Amino acid sequence: MKIHPVAVNTFKEAVRDKILYVILVFSILTIGSVWLINPLSLGEFEKITKDLGLASISFFGLLISVFVGTRLVYEEIAKKTLYTILPKPVERWEFIIGKYFGLVLVLLLTVTVMTIFFFLITFFNIGEMDFNLLSAIFLTFIELGVITAIAVFFSSFTSPILSAIFTVGIFIAGHLSRDLNALAKMTESTATGVVCKILYYILPNLSNFNVRGEVVHHVPITLEYVLLSVLYGLLYCSIVLIVSIQIFKRKNF
Amino acid sequence: MEKSVIKTEYLSKVYTTGFLKRKIRALDNLNLEVKQGEIFGFLGPNAAGKTTTIKILMGLLYPTVGNAYIFGKRIGNHKSKEDIGYLPENPSFYHHLTGFELLNFYGTVFGLPKQIKKERIGHLMETVGLSDASNLRLGKYSKGMNQRIGIAQALVNDPQLLVLDEPLSGLDPLGRKSLRDLILRLKEDGKTIFFSSHILADVEMICDRVGILINGKLLSVGRLERILKEEVESIEITAKIPQRIMDKVIKVASKVVRSGDKTMVIVNREKDSDTVQNIIGRAKGRVISIIPRTKTLEEHFIGEIRRMG
Repeated sequence: MKIHPVAVNTFKEAVRDKILYVILVFSILTIGSVWLINPLSLGEFEKITKDLGLASISFFGLLISVFVGTRLVYEEIAKKTLYTILPKPVERWEFIIGKYFGLVLVLLLTVTVMTIFFFLITFFNIGEMDFNLLSAIFLTFIELGVITAIAVFFSSFTSPILSAIFTVGIFIAGHLSRDLNALAKMTESTATGVVCKILYYILPNLSNFNVRGEVVHHVPITLEYVLLSVLYGLLYCSIVLIVSIQIFKRKNF
Repeated sequence: MEKSVIKTEYLSKVYTTGFLKRKIRALDNLNLEVKQGEIFGFLGPNAAGKTTTIKILMGLLYPTVGNAYIFGKRIGNHKSKEDIGYLPENPSFYHHLTGFELLNFYGTVFGLPKQIKKERIGHLMETVGLSDASNLRLGKYSKGMNQRIGIAQALVNDPQLLVLDEPLSGLDPLGRKSLRDLILRLKEDGKTIFFSSHILADVEMICDRVGILINGKLLSVGRLERILKEEVESIEITAKIPQRIMDKVIKVASKVVRSGDKTMVIVNREKDSDTVQNIIGRAKGRVISIIPRTKTLEEHFIGEIRRMG
């Protein structure tokens, strides 16, 4: 199995790319900017600190998934670096999975760095470390894994700009998919109902991974919910990656 | 009997382009066999189908029709890939890696043990003259250095078959000579080398056999001396010829060039050469040299292209 060297190389490529550091610096500045908002917080400083931190991790993680993920496979084709990989004993599916895991590794690193900074900020601002926030961050990471799989999928057959537009589009639609389900139930038109139902099942239900509000308001998140969300995320990633591999396998370079 | 390392059977590739799905036949029923231990030169003008053939052999393109085998196994076989080294045309590598890291990455892909990898990388960097650039990022490599690291990566697994697409492009005369020497050394070690090139003089110097591909069709294939011998020869006679017999010589010769008191007479047939020598001999002239001239590969190549129209 040649997934490991491809993943390590992808990781190296991403961590040596300046864009990653630009995003990381901006994320840290945003999480840290909560001090500036303090005078306007009207006693909600704890909530605002947590909200801003969790939203920043999700938003900047999304930026990394989109900016790095959408270029991942496409650039290997455009720059012809792929020509020296595929003739070697690397199967096409190993290449796609290796690329994916490389980026997931990058996300793990960046989310960890942002989380450490976020916890330091909460400790200095509130005087305590709320480890319940970890469940929200963990589910955000799983959500980013799904987004990355979608970015890799688009990257395997279209340009980075189009991939980025499609991926962000699916991210937005994925957060509205519960509304699609609700619309399917409410609408009187059968056609609209069917289309909404199909879209609801095709699009990732990203609201499953959003427990940020609950965690900030100390609403308990059950282990069962977390496990089910992880299982859903893994299943969705697997399906998207299998489709990506099938497209990639048929490609002529 | 030498084993067949590369074999293609009726290999064809049709590309469809544009909105109207126009079909372009890049490769047309290619039947080719490359034997173990030989240096095979794959020649052809631009867009002849050389890179298409190589890409099919390397599993980057799928043929429309036909089959191809490497080491007797269908192309893309995982096991045979372990014994192939490939240098693409105008190669591009990961700019974020150094020369050492790149070879280390490819070595890992081949599953080479750490110690062997380290020793081989050092040796290869030295062979291609990049020892001093081992720790330099590939983004900073020049075109020639890029080509040389490409040759090194093709050799990282100590392959039995080396497939090189235009390996001499981008190299200076010294680099070209080093590569020619390296290819000959690899042949001595029993490796098979299959390469395409535009630089015919280099091909002529090192190839055992050549194949000429034009418009996707293989026009001629065989040993270089056989291909070139089949061609019409000309003979250059340099002599001191008395002026009074010059008219007789001009009637037989295809071309006469005078330079000082010497004259170079070019004839197309051996019979005409004998006639010219007799005329000169009878008139007490003096023959200085007789050089039979076979066609160069370049002339043969251009002749084939013209023949195809």
